[in-house]
Amino acid sequence: MNETIMRLLMIAVVLGGALFIASGLIWLERRLLGLWQDRYGPNRVGPFGTFQVVADMIKVFTKEDWVPPFADKAVFVLAPAVIVATILMPFAVIPFAPAMQVINLNVGLLFFLAMSALGVYSVTLAGWSSASKYSLLGGLRAAAQMLSYEVFMGLSLVGVVLLSGSFSLGRIVEAQQGLWFCIPQFFGLVVFVIAGVAETHRLPFDLPEAESELVAGFHSEYSGMKFGMFFVGEYLGVTLVSAMITTLFFGGWMGPLLPPVVWFLLKTFFFICFFILLRASLPRPRYDQLMALGWKVMLPLSLMNIVITGGILLARG
Amino acid sequence: MISILRTIWKVFLHLFRKRVTIRYPEERPSLAPRWRGRIVLSRDPDGGERCVACYLCAVACPVDCISLQAAEDEAGRRYPSFFRINFSRCIFCGFCEEACPTYAIQLTPDFEMCEYMHRNLVHEKEDLLISGPGKYPEYSFYRVAGLAISGKDKGEAENESAPVDVKDLMP
Ligand code: SF4
Ligand code: SF4
Repeated sequence: MNETIMRLLMIAVVLGGALFIASGLIWLERRLLGLWQDRYGPNRVGPFGTFQVVADMIKVFTKEDWVPPFADKAVFVLAPAVIVATILMPFAVIPFAPAMQVINLNVGLLFFLAMSALGVYSVTLAGWSSASKYSLLGGLRAAAQMLSYEVFMGLSLVGVVLLSGSFSLGRIVEAQQGLWFCIPQFFGLVVFVIAGVAETHRLPFDLPEAESELVAGFHSEYSGMKFGMFFVGEYLGVTLVSAMITTLFFGGWMGPLLPPVVWFLLKTFFFICFFILLRASLPRPRYDQLMALGWKVMLPLSLMNIVITGGILLARG
Repeated sequence: MISILRTIWKVFLHLFRKRVTIRYPEERPSLAPRWRGRIVLSRDPDGGERCVACYLCAVACPVDCISLQAAEDEAGRRYPSFFRINFSRCIFCGFCEEACPTYAIQLTPDFEMCEYMHRNLVHEKEDLLISGPGKYPEYSFYRVAGLAISGKDKGEAENESAPVDVKDLMP
């Protein structure tokens, strides 16, 4: 009984925390982008402009929620919900601190990969059901991009699994006692970060929505809260990938002095800022460049990483 | 690859730069004297209206937002009986100022002219007319023009010689 209550509480905390951070990112991203472009960013509403989030929410909720008459209604409505659900799910297996986790799955890593693979459905279905050429192009791009980067994302993590000998995220963090995996698994880290950016289709890999060519890509036809869901989904994705980088390569909750949760949040925050910095500094590649980078550089790199890691482990016995 | 990392680093360093934003209502932007903002009608140094209602500004205006009606007073001076600028249409191009032969119409460095009602953006002559000479303090059209008005006959303007009697044959 006590166990159940604790678990429910944990779910509420994680859910609330993830959504709170994701909505906070609306403000943080615009503020940081502003700073990196020698501007201030939103600084009017409330202290340092933090109430901008509330203002944006009010705006999104009061917008007309319109379904185009030519769209496939059921799928059109379902698509934004899918992305939020599939991205919220993996938060359940992330260990924020020792024993601070919704559920300690022994295949936590696979669960994360499976859920992020399901996320492809959302954008593809959104593009398809909108029945407009730009949305469809965006959806097609999203499908191709996310499926191919899915491959290296999985492969880049094999090294981590080899070193820690477990698929459970908690065990992976514990295996990093002494040496964080970012050093022995440096190439894994590089591939994972790039695949993570592509997977959340953030700039510079935001080809599915590429506003300069596709209006807004797969969500061109969306308005109101449905658009807001894609928006929140994107920020949740950034938070998730940052949390995963922390867990898999930067020792999760481990760190001196401060309590474990604080370390985890600090590291995650750092990577979120890094994601925003990427957006501020890099241009979007052409579509064929994106695919070429994936299959010609990332795939060999991650395969080599597996071979070398495996070889070293074998040699050490 | 190196260039990408270098780009990221350079952009990161912008965090410590000075901001270019001017936080407007608290900080005022500095506007050049020739900034093209709210339009005024100026007066000559004696306090008379400069505008001679020649319609040149109305013709030059690319969006047709000036309308006026010419009239003449007992002294022989032309003036606009009404002068109206629709600022909801004006694009602040400054063509009217260039077209004006008397420096009457001038654009000023003031842009704070928002209104809640569209029709309040239509400024009438009493809104436009200012009490001073604006940008050209010394200039007075009738003092340099060869036009006769009461109190100033032909040939009495500055830099003007007395009129020649064309029927007189004497050297
Ligand atoms: S500034 Fe240009 S648009 Fe405005 S009144 Fe003068 S000529 Fe017309
Ligand atoms: S403002 Fe100048 S151009 Fe316009 S009618 Fe008067 S004198 Fe002519």
